[in-house]
Amino acid sequence: MDNELPLSIEDLTVAYHRKPVIWDIAFDVKPGSLVGVVGPNGAGKSTLMKACMGLIPVASGRVRVFGQPYHVNRHRVGYVPQRESVDWDFPVSALDVVTMGLYREIGWFRPVRKKHIQIARDAMEQVGLGDLENRQISQLSGGQQQRTFLARALVQDADLYFMDEPFAAVDAATEKAIVEILRGMKREGKTAIVIHHDLQTVHEYFDHVVLLNMRVVAHGATADVFTNENLQKTYGGRLTLLDQATEAMRRSQNR
Amino acid sequence: MIAAGQLIALIDFSTWVRVLTLADYNTRLVVLATTLLGLSAGIVGSFTLLRKRALLGDALSHATLPGIGLAFLIAPIFALNGKSLPVLLAGAAISGSVGMLSILMIRNLTKLKEDAALGIVLSVFFGGGLALLGIAQQTPEGHAAGLESFIYGKTASIISQDAWWIFGAGAASLTVLVLLYKEMKLLCFDDGFAASQGYPAVGLDFVLMALVVLVTIVGLQAVGLVLMIALLVIPAAAARFWTAQLLRMTLVAGLIGGVSCMIGSLISAIVPRLPSGAMIVLTSAVFFLASMLFGVQRGVVIQWWRRRSTRRRIDRRHVLRGVYELAESVSPAGEAESGIWVTTTALMQKRSWSTGRMIAGIKRLQDEGCLRVRQQDVTLTAVGLIEARRLTREHRLWELYLIAHADVATERVDRDAERIEDCLEPVMIEELELLLEHSTIGSRVPTSPHEIEIAPSSTGGQT
Repeated sequence: MDNELPLSIEDLTVAYHRKPVIWDIAFDVKPGSLVGVVGPNGAGKSTLMKACMGLIPVASGRVRVFGQPYHVNRHRVGYVPQRESVDWDFPVSALDVVTMGLYREIGWFRPVRKKHIQIARDAMEQVGLGDLENRQISQLSGGQQQRTFLARALVQDADLYFMDEPFAAVDAATEKAIVEILRGMKREGKTAIVIHHDLQTVHEYFDHVVLLNMRVVAHGATADVFTNENLQKTYGGRLTLLDQATEAMRRSQNR
Repeated sequence: MIAAGQLIALIDFSTWVRVLTLADYNTRLVVLATTLLGLSAGIVGSFTLLRKRALLGDALSHATLPGIGLAFLIAPIFALNGKSLPVLLAGAAISGSVGMLSILMIRNLTKLKEDAALGIVLSVFFGGGLALLGIAQQTPEGHAAGLESFIYGKTASIISQDAWWIFGAGAASLTVLVLLYKEMKLLCFDDGFAASQGYPAVGLDFVLMALVVLVTIVGLQAVGLVLMIALLVIPAAAARFWTAQLLRMTLVAGLIGGVSCMIGSLISAIVPRLPSGAMIVLTSAVFFLASMLFGVQRGVVIQWWRRRSTRRRIDRRHVLRGVYELAESVSPAGEAESGIWVTTTALMQKRSWSTGRMIAGIKRLQDEGCLRVRQQDVTLTAVGLIEARRLTREHRLWELYLIAHADVATERVDRDAERIEDCLEPVMIEELELLLEHSTIGSRVPTSPHEIEIAPSSTGGQT
């Protein structure tokens, strides 16, 4: 059943201007898992994600999505880019942005129809933006913008999701909403790979974790892999972060 | 110096009539063609502006000049007429595309940024074009070709045959954008997401740039290559002041572009010595200025007005609540009443506001019938008391909400909303009111959750 793996990466190396950014990355992701990708700034987390989706050229290695190259199973993949990657002053409404998740399904040259708008509305309802559909996106708060992106990914109705720091700089309500959605995905057997910064919540949110610092330091079930020793290897001697991790460790043991 | 009389003499009255009634077939065709050109340039320009590639159009139009000169010079070798428009425009299209490729090459092969690449290509190609034009002028037929009309634009040089080219190009670019509207929207907003969905981002960018080339090439005669960028940028930028919706923005940009071109080419047809390019740009500049000032979405006037009314609404709340709380603090029953006078000095000390703003706020409330003023003292009227009580209750409930639900509160707190009921569910409001009930028995307004500071000597007496 190897070809049923949502994501399988072998010996992936990505380089910018001859300098490798990530090298010899290899790990598999099992269906229905919530995977946190953790590592310091510049560890190549976004690069890894973009390389998986073929958004940047790969120097060597192989990525398989449900047993096939990415472009074959693209329709089964959803993507939540970093919030800062777009211009939020763009003249569109929140509903417009969510509808963009359906463009592939609608097809080239064809206009958005009523049933698509209904799907987008339902997704907005699901992330708690039901009353903001006509709001221009610059008038949304940071958390609402993040949820708009999340709703856009939901309408894609994918089996594998890539999320680039969905928890970055969001309010507590949004964080809660995102966690709910992730758990809902897991219940439906879907898989999510999430870049995450907050070490304290890793245990709570993710059942699997990939510790990344240009190479894979460790990957596997959070309970086994997310250890002080591995974090030390990932982050080096950054004490403040290690303190946080120790704190997280202590709390998870007390639970 | 041309005297005014001479200038008027230039504009013969019958020309006016003929031009404005579009009696002349050629004028009619040219005006219609340039209008369509402005329309499509405005719409194409909306997308390039949003793609943040607006200046690429400028480099591109300047890069067409050497192609025009070269086409003129080498056409006779291929037994073609060097003055025929299709030949010249083909040359323009080729050198424009070479210019665009040069920009991409400089950007991708070196570490130079795009603005450097734009500056280099724009000036070098334009310089090369001027040199070639100089050579072309030396040839026997050179001067008659009127090649310089491509630089500044001259609608008078457009013959009806040319107008059909403009029609064709305008219609073609509009068709492409109608078909690819949704794809272009996605590309301009979020190219990473588009690429993850399998959209060929590079290909779509290429189509967009091809449209810019098309519109620029056919616009050369009417607007001229120096000013072509104006048609791609000004209408789109002006449209953004009117709307926050992409579809409307493109339509408004098309409208502004079309009308500017129409008016500009009409003026140019009436006054033969005025270059149409300049007239078109100046007309669109008038539209831009008007949009910047009066645009209903983010025009300067509306923004100033919005800021002013927000400030006034806030001042109104502050004054009413200030008077209410002061009255509350001196009232024997612990409840504010109409007829409890408070001094403006006390009100002044309640918060750090300027005297002018506070006095103006009091005055507006007096006109509204909410406050009565007696020398240095103010009191709430019956109407004012109801309003002040409502606002104070609102304010205190919001504060409580922030305290009691600090985890989710920031998401919902909207103190600008007219009524708290619009933002929170009735259950929540009930809960908040209950929360304060114990401390506010008998009062319709919950007591302030924090201590209200009152300067001891500040309150007036009761009448």
